[in-house]
Amino acid sequence: MPQLSSQHLLGIKDLTRADIALIMSTTAEFMQVLQRPIKKVPSLRDKTIANLFFENSTRTRLSFELAEKRLSADLINFSASGSSLSKGETLLDTVNNILAMKVDMIVLRHSSPGTGLFLAKHLPRFRHSAHARIINAGDGTHEHPTQALLDAFSIQKALGTVEGKRIALVGDILHSRVALSNILLLKKMGAEVQVCAPASLLPKNISNLGIKVSHSLDLTLEQADAINLLRIQEERLKVQHFPGNYEYHRMFGLNLERWENAKNKPLILHPGPVNRGVEIDGKLADGPDSIILDQVQHGVAVRMAVLYLLGQTVN
Amino acid sequence: MNSTAPQNPFADATAMRLRIQRLSLMLAELNQEESPLVLLGIQPRGVSLAERLKAAWKEQMPTKRLDYGILDPTFFRDDFNQAKVLVPEATNLNFSLENRRVVLVDDVLFTGRTIRAAMDAVNTFGRPEWIKLLVLVERRFARQLPIHPDFFGWSVDAFEGQKVKVRWTEHHGEDAIWIENNV
Repeated sequence: MPQLSSQHLLGIKDLTRADIALIMSTTAEFMQVLQRPIKKVPSLRDKTIANLFFENSTRTRLSFELAEKRLSADLINFSASGSSLSKGETLLDTVNNILAMKVDMIVLRHSSPGTGLFLAKHLPRFRHSAHARIINAGDGTHEHPTQALLDAFSIQKALGTVEGKRIALVGDILHSRVALSNILLLKKMGAEVQVCAPASLLPKNISNLGIKVSHSLDLTLEQADAINLLRIQEERLKVQHFPGNYEYHRMFGLNLERWENAKNKPLILHPGPVNRGVEIDGKLADGPDSIILDQVQHGVAVRMAVLYLLGQTVN
Repeated sequence: MNSTAPQNPFADATAMRLRIQRLSLMLAELNQEESPLVLLGIQPRGVSLAERLKAAWKEQMPTKRLDYGILDPTFFRDDFNQAKVLVPEATNLNFSLENRRVVLVDDVLFTGRTIRAAMDAVNTFGRPEWIKLLVLVERRFARQLPIHPDFFGWSVDAFEGQKVKVRWTEHHGEDAIWIENNV
C-alpha cells in the first residue's frame, strides 16, 4: 500500500516522484468530493490541527482551514500578533505548549527559512511533541510546497499533463518561496522550466538548478505552455532592485500590448496576491486565459490530500 | 491482485454468468419507469460485478434505463490509523442521488464495514429513496454490523482466517470463486 515517504511536508525537495503522484491522485479524488452536495468527509475527525501563522496570509490560511474542516478535523488558529511571542517566549516553547494540548499536526508559516526543519529536528526530543506532523505553509524565501503542488495540479488539469510542458516563472524569483518549490516540483514531474526576471531579481547561479534563464518576457511567452507570474515581494526588498513599478510593468509585466502582440498565448497562473498593473494587467488576470481562481479552488483539494495522507500516520 | 491458482473453485465462468443474469433479473423487478435504479459499484472489487450486471441488464432489457456509477468509500472508513495508509480510488458519479433508488454492489460481504462506509458516502450525494445491497458472495456469521444483503449469488460458510476469492477475466484472466485457506 503506498504512503508518503516522509513524516512531514517540509518542502518539495524531500518528495519522491511516487510521493508526488500519490498526492496528485489523492487530490483528484478530493476534487470529486468537493463537487458533492455534502463536501465533508469524516476521515480526520479524531485529529486536531494547529495553524501557526507567524507571518501574514489570507489565501493559504483560509485554504488550510477549509481543508481541515472538510476533513472533519478540529482546528485552532494562531497568529503571531497578540500572542506570548511578544513576552519573549521562544518558537520551540510556543510550539511545545500547543502540542502539549494534544494537537496532532501543525501547519506552519514563518518568515525564517528552515523553521519547519528546525521543529522537525527538535520536537522528537519532547514527550508531548514527538508524534506531531509538520506541514510547511511557507518558510521565508525558502519553500511553499502546497502552493507548488496546487500550481502543478492546475497545470495538469488544464493541459492534461505536466511532463514535457514548457513552464515559465516570471517575476521576483529572488525572494519567492513559490518559485523554488515550483522549480523543484516541475523538474521532478518532467517539465521544462524557465525563469524570466531582471538580473537583479534572480539568485546567483540559478541555472545550476537545471533551468533556462531569460531576461525577455516576449521571448519567454513564445516558448511557454504556461506562465506563472510572481508578485514583487515588497516586504522583503531591502534595497532598490529596479527603478519603479511602472518600469517593471513595462519591461517584465504581462501588459495588454505585449499579450495582444504575442503569437503564442500560454496559460496564465498566479499564486496571489495579485498586484494589478505591476506583474499583470488586471484585464488579463480576469481574462479567459487565466486560471488564477481555479488555482485557489484546487488549493483546498491539494491541502486536503496532504493533510489526509499525513494525518493518517499520526498515532 | 492474487497470483495463486484457484483451489477447488466452487463457481466457474458459466456458474457466475448464470448467477449474474439471475441477479440482473431480480433487479429488473424493482425497476420503475418513473424512477430508474442507480447501480453503484463499490471500489475496488465491486466494480467488476457492477459492470457485469450492467452488461447483463442491457442484454436482457435493452430499452430499460439503468443509471450507473462507481463509488469509493475510503474517506468514510472506520479503520484509519491502523497498519497502513488508506489510499482512495476513483469515484465516478456525476449525478445527485436525492430521492433515487440505489443498489450498492460489492463482490463479497464479510464484516459489513465497507458497506457502512459506502452508505455514508452515498448520503453525501443526496438523500436516496432507499438503498439496497447486492453481493455476489455472502459470508454467513461474519458480520460485525447489522447489515444483510438484499440479493446475493452465493451464501458461504468460511472459517475465520479463510478468504473468499473472486477472480474476474478482465483482471485475472479467468472467472472463478473459491475459499482460500490462510497461509
